[in-house]
Amino acid sequence: MATTALHPAAPAYRSTLYDWVTTTDHKKIGIMYVINSFLFFFIGGLLALGVRVELAQPGLQFVTDQTYNEIFTMHATFMIFLFVIPMLAGFGNYIVPLQIGAPDMAFPRINALSLWMLPLAGILLLLSFVTGGAAAAGWTSYSPLAQDRVGQAVNAGAGTGQDLWIVALVLIGTSSILGAVNFLVTIFKMRAPGMTLFRMPIMTWTVLVTSVLVLMATPVITSALIMLFIDRNYGGAFFDPANGGDAILYQNIFWFYSHPAVYVMILPAMGMISEILPVFSRKPLFGYKAFVFATAGIGALGFSVWAHHMFTTGAVYLPFFSLMTFLIAIPTGVKMFNWIFTLWRGQLTLSTPLLFALGFLSMFLIGGINGAFSASVPVDFAIHDTYWVVSHIHYVLFGGSVFGIMGGLYYWFPKMTGRMLGEGLGKIQFVLMFIGFNLTFFPMHELGLSGMPRRIADYAATAGWNDLNLAATVGGFVIAASMLPLLWNIFVSLRSGKPAGDDPWEGNTLEWATSSPPPPYNFDRLPEIRSERPVFDVRHGQAQGGAVQLPAGH
Amino acid sequence: MTTESTALTTEHSPVASLPHDAHGGISNVVLGMILFITSEVMFFAGLFAAYFSVRANATSWPPINPETNEAFHLAILPLVGPATVLLILSSFTCQFAIWAIRRGDRTAFLRNIGVTFVIGVVFLTMQVIDYALLASEGITLSAGTFGTTYYTLTGFHGAHVFAGVVMLGVVLYRGMAGQFSAKHHDAVEATSLYWHFVDVVWILLFSLLYLLPGKG
Repeated sequence: MATTALHPAAPAYRSTLYDWVTTTDHKKIGIMYVINSFLFFFIGGLLALGVRVELAQPGLQFVTDQTYNEIFTMHATFMIFLFVIPMLAGFGNYIVPLQIGAPDMAFPRINALSLWMLPLAGILLLLSFVTGGAAAAGWTSYSPLAQDRVGQAVNAGAGTGQDLWIVALVLIGTSSILGAVNFLVTIFKMRAPGMTLFRMPIMTWTVLVTSVLVLMATPVITSALIMLFIDRNYGGAFFDPANGGDAILYQNIFWFYSHPAVYVMILPAMGMISEILPVFSRKPLFGYKAFVFATAGIGALGFSVWAHHMFTTGAVYLPFFSLMTFLIAIPTGVKMFNWIFTLWRGQLTLSTPLLFALGFLSMFLIGGINGAFSASVPVDFAIHDTYWVVSHIHYVLFGGSVFGIMGGLYYWFPKMTGRMLGEGLGKIQFVLMFIGFNLTFFPMHELGLSGMPRRIADYAATAGWNDLNLAATVGGFVIAASMLPLLWNIFVSLRSGKPAGDDPWEGNTLEWATSSPPPPYNFDRLPEIRSERPVFDVRHGQAQGGAVQLPAGH
Repeated sequence: MTTESTALTTEHSPVASLPHDAHGGISNVVLGMILFITSEVMFFAGLFAAYFSVRANATSWPPINPETNEAFHLAILPLVGPATVLLILSSFTCQFAIWAIRRGDRTAFLRNIGVTFVIGVVFLTMQVIDYALLASEGITLSAGTFGTTYYTLTGFHGAHVFAGVVMLGVVLYRGMAGQFSAKHHDAVEATSLYWHFVDVVWILLFSLLYLLPGKG
């Protein structure tokens, strides 16, 4: 009977290189997104170590000012545009079609196009190191710092590195936009029968809202980048005050994208821990609909707060942007309660995914609170462009997104590979990362309050910043060390890890209803979907497993 | 059995034929194009915002051309006015093509798509000639904010017209190969949406650059 041939028996991992390069399977594409993102995570991490090594002691020991500028610029560029954003898109790629019971994304070939633009952009960025110096105007590339006009003094943004940076970012942006279109059509059109919008897993919801943000915000930075490119290369005058242009204009357009972009970088991570917490607490997510509305609220408010990055320019209406920024704390606070009351009186299993989710909760809370300080205009005038801001961004992006990504990796690795990651090594990694993270970034609060500006390669030995900087550098190396157990864990697990089975965590959502790894077409049959936890329903007898009959002929 | 399984794709999924897309009439392709156009609207919004910002900062608009000491001037005739009329007409022919293929009238469909395609090519040609004329009058990309915004806005619109012409060309080719019918013509619907979008952007651009009174 034909049905036996359809049984998901063949692991996707036996494919040849050719299969992987030409694949349009959302699962393989998702895994390649993840691998690509990890590669750039490690490159970005090495650059971060470069920053920390130079700052460990006062004085310029290892690099010149120019090289230092290149290092921190490219650190942020790799981490934001080639690690966090594509990593979350990669998990979304793998998980979303499975969670809504679809056989693939809506546009599989466009999906492959989105993926392959990323390594291309990464290569362009890496090439800039050997073609006369990388971009050095910071990841924000403000004008006039990033300008290179004929007849003016050479400055930080001079050179082809800045142009390669612009081209690479336009490529990554295009990849994101196509990915967002793909996600939205997939989510709106490809859901399995019974999977209503309010039965969708939270991870899928966060990817939906993220995709709307990408769709509306990313083209705006593309326009800013193109204007910058025209200014630099064709004598344009958009951002050149001497020629009638407006430098603040760049900041406005840039942050119109880049503030929503921080929600692009955090919302899917919130989705991940919202999948992890219920499973490891043996409880449903507390306040499912409130969480969905809070996510949509964050997305909507995200478009009205961009100018809080520009308080000190004197060119923005402070009360409005301050108020809107404070308002963001409300939906975020709603989510905090969702998570805490999901854990409350749950039967907690302290596995590695839950540890990372708890790490997310605690660290993101600190990042949220120290961000609220900056929302207050008078406080922001004092701490603007100090290490306080560096601390804030890392508490939300590393303490938030990266901890979420690690939790998601431990949680979904068994589904992706069919093998469990080791719990012992996982816990070692978590402890090292948690300690290293706080050792690196907590002292930066104090550094910022005592006035240390960001983006400096050197500082006075008498400024009183020596000890805290040294602590941060040690912490940086602890974070780097925490990657070794992870890599070893993945290596060992792929060779001889414990087989995962279909549903190692007793999950709730549809990805656990198929084999690990799933067959190329995802599902043999779908369970009846009556709630946002269809697999839970099947396990506890509330619904029929495999209630959907095979079509005639199979 | 193993080899058989790996050879299977999503089309062979037992759940692929289920009514996944039974949520409404709109097809994946058309929805995808609408979403893509949304992102394009935001792209042009960024450029328009830059235009308004630069214009608001200027003491007079159009500004003085430093080379001739006269204000920059854009002429509607002889090229831009007719080009605008043609582009608006092409939206009509494009829509006639859609209505024709919805009825299953392939002849009328091909005729109208062909006319739309030709108008697109003519529009691009006229834009190139207009650029050459302007450049000879000293209006260039590097001639201050006026030239920069003019060429960036119209240039990116032109690039979108070019993309639209390519899409129309593909639709025309596929149509001549008989690939579209009253039931199956998602690509035509998507292309026409894109063409209308390009047309609307031009109407806005034309109003902004040629009709809006200057200041100062």
